[in-house]
Amino acid sequence: MHPAPSVILFTSLSGVGFGLLFFLGLGMPAPLGLNAFIFYAIAYAFAVGGLLFSTFHLGHPERAIKAFTQWRSSWLSREAWLSVLALGMTGLGAVAQIFFETRLAVVSYAGAALCLLTVFSTAMIYRQLATVPRWHTPMTPVLFLTYAVAGGALLSGQVGIAQPVLGLLGALQIFAWIQGDGAFARSGSTLATATGLGTNGSVRAFEPPHTGTNYLLQEFVYLVGRKHAAKLRLIAIILLSGLPIVLLVLPFNHMFAALAVLTHVAGVLVSRWLFFAQAEHVVGLYYGKRG
Amino acid sequence: MNIQPTVDTSPKVSDEIRKTTCYMCACRCGINVHLKDGKVAYIEGNRDHPVNQGVLCAKGSAGIMQVTAPSRLRAPLKRVGERGSGEFQEISWDEALQIATDWLRPLRETAPEKLAFFTGRDQSQSFTGLWAQMFGTPNFAAHGGFCSVNMATAGIYTMGGAFWEFGQPDWDHTKLFMLFGVAEDHDSNPIKMGIGKIKQRGARVIGVNPIRSGYNAVADDWVGITPGTDGRFILSLIYCLIEAGKIDLTYLARFTNAPVLVDPDTGLFLRDDSGKPLIVDRTTKTVVAFDHQGADPDIRGMHNGAVTVFTKMIEHFLVPENAPEAVADICGISAKRIRTLAAELAHVAFDQEIRLPRKWTDFRGHEYDEMIGRPVSIHAMRGISAHGNGFQTCRALHVLQIILGTVETPGGFRFKPPYPKPSEIHPKPHGDATPNAPLNGPHLGFVHGPEDLLIDDTGHPKRIDKAFTWENPMSAHGLMHMVISNAHAGDPYKIGTLFMYMANMSWNSSMNTSSVMDMLTDRDENGDYVIPRIIYSDAYSSEMVAYADLILPDTTYLERHDCISLLDRPICEADAAADAIRWPVIEPDRDVRGFQSVLVDLGARLGLPGFVNDDGSAKYADYADYMINHERKPGIGPLAGWRSDDDTGRGPVNPEQINKYIENGGVWVKHIPETAGYYKPWNMAYQDWAVETGLYDSAQPYLFQLYVEPLQKFKNAAMGHGDHQPPDHMRDRLKQVMHPLPIWYPTATVENDQDYPLHALTQRPMAMYHSWGSQNAWLRQIHGMNPMYLPTKVMRDHGLRDGDWAKVTSPNGSIVVPVAEMAALNEKTIWTWNAIGKRSGAWALDPKAPEATKGFLLNHLISELLPAKGDGMRWSNSDPITGQAAWFDLRVRIEKAQPPKSSQPQFGTLKSPVGQGPKTVTRSTKEGS
Amino acid sequence: MTCLPKMTDKKLGLVIDLDTCVGCHACVVSCKGWNTENYGAPLADQDAYGEMPVGTFLNRVHSYEVQPEDGLAQLVHFPKSCLHCDDAPCVTVCPTGASYKRTEDGIVLVNETDCIGCGLCAWACPYGARELDGVEKVMKKCTLCVDRIYNENLPQEDRIPACVRTCPSGARHFGDLGDPNSDVSKLVAERGGMDLMPELGTKPVNKYLPPRPKDQLSSDQTPTQSLQAQADNPAGFFAWLDRTLEKL
Ligand SMILES: Nc1nc2c(c(=O)[nH]1)N[C@H]1C(S)=C(S)[C@@H](COP(=O)(O)OP(=O)(O)OC[C@H]3O[C@@H](n4cnc5c(=O)[nH]c(N)nc54)[C@H](O)[C@@H]3O)O[C@H]1N2
Ligand SMILES: Nc1nc2c(c(=O)[nH]1)N[C@H]1C(S)=C(S)[C@@H](COP(=O)(O)OP(=O)(O)OC[C@H]3O[C@@H](n4cnc5c(=O)[nH]c(N)nc54)[C@H](O)[C@@H]3O)O[C@H]1N2
Ligand code: SF4
Ligand code: SF4
Ligand code: SF4
Ligand code: SF4
Ligand code: SF4
Ligand SMILES: [Mo]
Repeated sequence: MHPAPSVILFTSLSGVGFGLLFFLGLGMPAPLGLNAFIFYAIAYAFAVGGLLFSTFHLGHPERAIKAFTQWRSSWLSREAWLSVLALGMTGLGAVAQIFFETRLAVVSYAGAALCLLTVFSTAMIYRQLATVPRWHTPMTPVLFLTYAVAGGALLSGQVGIAQPVLGLLGALQIFAWIQGDGAFARSGSTLATATGLGTNGSVRAFEPPHTGTNYLLQEFVYLVGRKHAAKLRLIAIILLSGLPIVLLVLPFNHMFAALAVLTHVAGVLVSRWLFFAQAEHVVGLYYGKRG
Repeated sequence: MNIQPTVDTSPKVSDEIRKTTCYMCACRCGINVHLKDGKVAYIEGNRDHPVNQGVLCAKGSAGIMQVTAPSRLRAPLKRVGERGSGEFQEISWDEALQIATDWLRPLRETAPEKLAFFTGRDQSQSFTGLWAQMFGTPNFAAHGGFCSVNMATAGIYTMGGAFWEFGQPDWDHTKLFMLFGVAEDHDSNPIKMGIGKIKQRGARVIGVNPIRSGYNAVADDWVGITPGTDGRFILSLIYCLIEAGKIDLTYLARFTNAPVLVDPDTGLFLRDDSGKPLIVDRTTKTVVAFDHQGADPDIRGMHNGAVTVFTKMIEHFLVPENAPEAVADICGISAKRIRTLAAELAHVAFDQEIRLPRKWTDFRGHEYDEMIGRPVSIHAMRGISAHGNGFQTCRALHVLQIILGTVETPGGFRFKPPYPKPSEIHPKPHGDATPNAPLNGPHLGFVHGPEDLLIDDTGHPKRIDKAFTWENPMSAHGLMHMVISNAHAGDPYKIGTLFMYMANMSWNSSMNTSSVMDMLTDRDENGDYVIPRIIYSDAYSSEMVAYADLILPDTTYLERHDCISLLDRPICEADAAADAIRWPVIEPDRDVRGFQSVLVDLGARLGLPGFVNDDGSAKYADYADYMINHERKPGIGPLAGWRSDDDTGRGPVNPEQINKYIENGGVWVKHIPETAGYYKPWNMAYQDWAVETGLYDSAQPYLFQLYVEPLQKFKNAAMGHGDHQPPDHMRDRLKQVMHPLPIWYPTATVENDQDYPLHALTQRPMAMYHSWGSQNAWLRQIHGMNPMYLPTKVMRDHGLRDGDWAKVTSPNGSIVVPVAEMAALNEKTIWTWNAIGKRSGAWALDPKAPEATKGFLLNHLISELLPAKGDGMRWSNSDPITGQAAWFDLRVRIEKAQPPKSSQPQFGTLKSPVGQGPKTVTRSTKEGS
Repeated sequence: MTCLPKMTDKKLGLVIDLDTCVGCHACVVSCKGWNTENYGAPLADQDAYGEMPVGTFLNRVHSYEVQPEDGLAQLVHFPKSCLHCDDAPCVTVCPTGASYKRTEDGIVLVNETDCIGCGLCAWACPYGARELDGVEKVMKKCTLCVDRIYNENLPQEDRIPACVRTCPSGARHFGDLGDPNSDVSKLVAERGGMDLMPELGTKPVNKYLPPRPKDQLSSDQTPTQSLQAQADNPAGFFAWLDRTLEKL
């Protein structure tokens, strides 16, 4: 799939943002006043910023409101609702904490739950796509949620939680990559099933329908070199999990904490780039191109 | 829950439908042009049109983008820069026509042959030819010489017609359809419709082609023959059929010259006093004229030592060299397969015979209760004709059909009016120019012996293209591909003005393209261009435009009158005579004029007979006026329809004629009565109908010529007989190739096979027409570049993968091009799509368009001359009988290459006289888009 | 209408004959021509005369080579447009309801005025049947010519999709695949019409007729008798001929 910056930024940043909001909702920490303002500002910057980036992916952002209509069937629509609800609910808690210096426990817990649900719904947009075998697995929501929790824990300063979760995240991500590498083959979709011509012999794409490019090729057929991908995976794991863990193990230091956050977010971006760039859509089969 | 939106399922389709004829290619389908607010909204096929019956191909459907193409020329142009630079100045029509007149008038007054007027994909040859004839130059022809003259002449000399315009398979009855060397052909839609019909019935299609794409891909059986060897393969099929006695003896005896007696000394026919060939009547055992009433011709007849054509034929064909075992390796087809194919032909022809209960009477007065059909049909085109042995190969194929008894019988091959038409009733070529006078007769035609050649007493060619000389005696369509090189060489003479129409001669329609560009720009010792003046008519900013001095911009096909006439290239079907018109369904929005109307005007300015009245005034206002009022013979004009009330095809001029055509969808159809529908050359009901319709002046029954006597006459001359003698260096070749019965000989374009082990071919893409399609925003997305397809083994051997580049080398040069793999391909063959490659800057495309940077022409590798032989002579790369350009004899070798920036060679960017196309197109009549 | 209807009254769709399609692209261009002028926004072509032309098409013709175990390689032309799936994933993912499947005939359509151009439906379609228009930024797909097939301004015989009307070789058939007695259903039954990527459970309405077996002539199943030689030299042949002519 084409690794469009808008979707990479959207999923990465909103994941981190909702992760932070989740912890704030749990009261971990439970800052008040100006402190609360800073925490929430950071969380909203990530979450809302991410959501804003998602609209760059739209052909008609001015009609975005219509995306709220199909919550009964569409995960994208559900995500729209959930993100608004999550932002609203956590916002209520935030207002109470910043301006009234009180924590509304029920509202905050509900907000925290909605944040995770939002991340879950984002993940489900990808997980539901049978056309992209690498995504079409429960690992997708599991990973997205772990990403959010890890990022949230890191940003919210929950070092004790962050360390194991970052470790878990690294392990899950590596597992997902390995599992994902065989997903297309396991999906059973081949050029033979795509064309129905398999019974006569082996099928090979000959002349494409057009010599130039088109929307499908631009959107769905993206090729990453194997070596290049391996390198990026290593970088991603080091950035998103390895370095932050090391930095957190070192004696506490604001610089290190900030650095941990930065490398983590950078790692998230790299791994999200790979999430898209390495995902192969079955339509590539028709063009004789997996990728 | 949302409510399902309401969709307007009955939107207005258009304000008006105007019916005219497509010209996105030469198939000439009927189209319905839907107009909204006077703009073209949609083009679809005309269901009532005999050619396409409603369907339309990709090109036809993309017509909208052709009439809005940014590459359209906008006004007459005068060259201001160097030739070949593309620098022009727009001028008025008055100025343009004045310049043309000033250049042409002196030529006509002194030496009319100094005008060479050649037209390309022209569909008005009866008109352009008349104009040239009245001008007085012998130098006129259209593109037929480099296109498919082998097929046309072989067909006409053999049986009075060939494929495409001449005839078609009996799609409704055939049970086996065999296709030789066709990728697309002119009969684009009808062939597709026919194949669809056959497949629906479950009948078999066999494709003989080195490449299995398109029609050959849907064929039930594919024979991946090695290029240039079809003749051998066909002779072997003939061998198998004769060996098994599976030939139609009755058909051969009655309808062919098989029973005609051949003089053992001269190899010419025994004839009676009136010149009619003689046969032996089996009943009376006497020698009579072939058409003797009631005669029963004896194919084994003998007379005074003379034997029949049939006897000679058997002796000629039934020889060990033709046995499948002997030809298998040459053709790349196993002997077993050849035998199976022959058996299948015989099986369908004789065991699956068709009998239609239709009574008919032949020209000897024999009456038949039914029409017997041998439902094998064959179609072939350039794959077998565009070779240096193409004429004889096409001959062999016609003979194959004839011995099976499938020509003009149900389920077989059927002629389309005005064919059948024996070679004798075609005109002979004429080439005598006189200042200020018309030529002594029509330019092109059929020679019947050395005396008909267009050479003067010293043996000097009369025509600039050396057509109808010993080098290519039967070049019935001229040799357009030799015009520029001969004019440049001043051989046989220098010319003053080269006038061309609709032919992209500096690019895809020439061999050795780069040297053609050099010739067009070459200057003599005085600094003048060697070809002094070039006038060209195109509708678009093609590569050729840059090489002309004066451009006469044509309209597009929806903006002009045209006439698809029975006098030249008709659109008839086997069951009907038909002709058609184009008419301006929209008005041009530029300062352009229909080329034919411009010729009418020029003709009047030059005072050409036939174009001026007695008082010197212009005879016709424009081409439409000519279409209505011109008469070839009394009662016969360009259009056959609505001439008179009873609508026979003949009759007086009708001023309302064009309006009648428009009312009738642009087309006129006259059906052939059922009893006249088959056996046309011998069926008196057809003969009478043809006379009534104006196709013949009198009934013309004739015999199919298995043995072609004119060839024997040339052979005799080569052996030293007769008054007209070839130059000595030509004798051997003439003796070899001018054989009255079909032969095969290898075409040697390279010294040895090891240096150039591969054959290189081009194919027509179905969705592109030569160079025209690239300006079309829709079509160019389908074919915007062309890879060279290589067989799997060649890819492996050279370590190549799809997308790699390779250097392809012929004796004439090298090109560097992208490659792609194809498995369904003859192992010794590589190929690419024809004419996708473009010169940078042409066609109003971005100079970096993929057509220019990745696309390429094979033409750079093909030479118009063969490499020098031992004696230093360079023969032309043409069929030695007809002069047909041997495009498909190309031999090459390949090697892997580093990807260059662009495909090689490149020739620099042309300056576009029309600028560049817009970025975005959202074509719709809805808002001002 | 993002939920799929439980049932549709008809299942209109196309049946494409891979045995007959010659790969001419006529259907591609007539589709482009009709649809750029009719339903919804025109189909844009960007960089139309440039280095990298990209346009929206609702129908595309691929080609594939099939190499049997033994035997000659074959080439198959393969047109592809929306298959109007019964279980259309493109519909259920759509957040706006712009994508929907019509209850009356099963046609899957995009209501362009509701479409936000998120592209998710194209992601969900396995067949590459949807293209986002580069200029209008709304999702485009085959409409099964919904504006032709019921169009009262067209003569009855023309109320068929543009691509079907134009296909020169008759490789495209249109009809109700929900009705087992329709011509198209019979054709599918007769010729073993198949689904593309059945493993994805989209239940396409459009069916593909597989190519018939090829190159059977020289195989041993050939019904053709081999020819019986009468004579392989002229003298022998004339002897045979004279006997035969006697009988004629
Ligand atoms: N390598 C290779 N080369 C080949 C062949 C091959 O098989 N292989 N085939 C050969 C054959 S058979 C042929 S026929 C030739 C064809 O070659 P050409 O006859 O050159 O054919 P086109 O490229 O169609 O170009 C004709 C010109 O007509 C112009 N034109 C289009 N429409 C109009 C119009 O309405 N009015 C006017 N005045 N001009 C118009 C076009 O812009 C173009 O410049 O190519 C030959 N070249
Ligand atoms: N769409 C479209 N239609 C066209 C044209 C076009 O440009 N585009 N051009 C028109 C013109 S001018 C012409 S002349 C006709 C030509 O129409 P075709 O005769 O179909 O000509 P080509 O495409 O040149 O195809 C030649 C075929 O012969 C095969 N071939 C080559 N050598 C051999 C051989 O030795 N033996 C056999 N058996 N096959 C061989 C090639 O593989 C190819 O399939 O098409 C006309 N129709
Ligand atoms: S075959 Fe196509 S381009 Fe040629 S005349 Fe017919 S519709 Fe037009
Ligand atoms: S083919 Fe694709 S776009 Fe069409 S209905 Fe099926 S999933 Fe949807
Ligand atoms: S692109 Fe349009 S039709 Fe497709 S899912 Fe998004 S809103 Fe729906
Ligand atoms: S049915 Fe209509 S919209 Fe669909 S592919 Fe055919 S022409 Fe295009
Ligand atoms: S129009 Fe018909 S034959 Fe041509 S590509 Fe389309 S389906 Fe195939
Ligand atoms: Mo041609």
